[in-house]
Amino acid sequence: MADIELLPHNVPANADLPELVEELTTLNLGPTHPATHGIFQNILKMDGEKIISGEQTIGYIHRAFEKIAERRPFYQITTLTDRMNYCSSPINNLGWHMTVEKLLSVEVPKRAQYIRVIMMELARITDHLICNSILGVDTGAFTGFLYVMQKREEVYEIYEEVCGARLTTNMGRVGGMERDLSSTAVRKIKEFIKSFPPVLRELEKLLNRNRIFMDRTINVGPISLERALSYGFTGPNLRAAGLDYDVRVMNPYSSYEDFEFDIPVGQNGDTYDRYMVRNEEMWQSLKIVEQAINNLPEGPYYADAPEYYLPPKKEVYRSMEALIYHFKIVMGEIDAPIGEVYNAVEGGNGELGFYLISDGGRTPYRLHFRRPSFIYYQAYPEMCKGSTLSDAILTMSSLNVIAGELDA
Amino acid sequence: MLSNQEVAEALLEKFGDQVFDFDEPYGLLTLSTSREEIIPILDFLHNHKNYQFIFLTDITGIHYPDNPGKEFMVVYHMHSFVHNFRVRIKVSLAEADIHIPTATGLFACANWMERETYDFFGIMFDGHPNLKRILNIDEMDYFPMRREFPMEDATREDKTDALFGR
Repeated sequence: MADIELLPHNVPANADLPELVEELTTLNLGPTHPATHGIFQNILKMDGEKIISGEQTIGYIHRAFEKIAERRPFYQITTLTDRMNYCSSPINNLGWHMTVEKLLSVEVPKRAQYIRVIMMELARITDHLICNSILGVDTGAFTGFLYVMQKREEVYEIYEEVCGARLTTNMGRVGGMERDLSSTAVRKIKEFIKSFPPVLRELEKLLNRNRIFMDRTINVGPISLERALSYGFTGPNLRAAGLDYDVRVMNPYSSYEDFEFDIPVGQNGDTYDRYMVRNEEMWQSLKIVEQAINNLPEGPYYADAPEYYLPPKKEVYRSMEALIYHFKIVMGEIDAPIGEVYNAVEGGNGELGFYLISDGGRTPYRLHFRRPSFIYYQAYPEMCKGSTLSDAILTMSSLNVIAGELDA
Repeated sequence: MLSNQEVAEALLEKFGDQVFDFDEPYGLLTLSTSREEIIPILDFLHNHKNYQFIFLTDITGIHYPDNPGKEFMVVYHMHSFVHNFRVRIKVSLAEADIHIPTATGLFACANWMERETYDFFGIMFDGHPNLKRILNIDEMDYFPMRREFPMEDATREDKTDALFGR
């Protein structure tokens, strides 16, 4: 029996085995990984399934908006802004208009401000809805995502009614809105206020106290308040870490001071808290929309600033002044005052800032977008250090990094 | 409520003539300083026990090619949540010596903001842990946000600025 061949599993335990070599794995997460919801790359160094460090590569959809903006009149820059955070384009559009209005010192009538609030809060709902339902998808619950998409569709129909477009909305004008709320739009908004709560409640029922969901998200990708502040977090991600900073409350714009709403905050800054903060914010946004539509003031929907606001087309055909202003605005003959403005609005992901320097010409001398995603996404390697790959996907998903905003 | 006057006086007292060009366009306190003093000023505002400018909102660059000796400008925006007060600090740099110390030691978020500014303007942030391009490709050999780079194809003759009113 001595000459029997030793098969690997028959090798006695004390035989000379080759020494075990420990190696780290390098894993390319992205640029086109379906779980990252956007085009950005993470080169992860992994020990087994645990992430040791990550290196990010971004800029895959950089479109040089800041450079393009330097050659465009103010009203043509609107179309650049809605391509940043395309999950909540109206906030970007209207935030830009408010920046220009601040530069031009144009006072927008109350009605336009209320319409803007309605549109911005609807946009916030769609933004958070996507983020939260996608978080569900990443934990394995696909149903909720498809279910709430129906509601986003309804909001997009409201956008269509207000501005004619759905995704890249180009909503509003410098000085107000391009048209008044139609009766159809009002009806659709009121219908949405009625039909949205049951759907959101059902999504909550599906996820909020779901054991699997909680196990997957609690203590996943946490960040302390101190680190979050150092990383320049804003919006729901900062609030989940425990600070109630909201531009809408701290520096109210567009009549936000007229509305009653709460700012939800979390405690741990983990994925579950971010989910819960967004969830509650949708209820608060709905509350604002309801107050705004019920107390919609009468009056004009655009400011009395003929040199900046395109006159109604009917007037252009029969009145000389209107024709002149129309021509001058479209051809960019109107110069803006010299000035320097920083204006921030509460975007879907946090403080969306516009730093605009005008040298008195028809185009900005320099325009810089403070894009919240770009600033907080750099915390991602720190947040997912030591976690598993599947948890890292959830962390990214709950940060709501929008590639368009990240790369501008 | 903190007033522009109060912060300006505190800065003047601490830094003397190193802070200058005070202005308040649209109510936002704006001041200039030199690159030697920028980090001490950020540090002073950040760690001041009353002001607490804990939030570095933004860093960006501007190119002024017609301003000899001060061709570039780095602009910092800071925000104090306690007082809901914003301040804007500017530092001018010469093209020949385009260096400024990094703020990454004070704020983690300065990392990518400075990389973006470097990427577009070529401003060197000394001491930055990883100063390389961020949005553009690594092989790019120019800094695209500088004003000498035209947006449109310079070889085309059918698109003159005059036709577009610019």
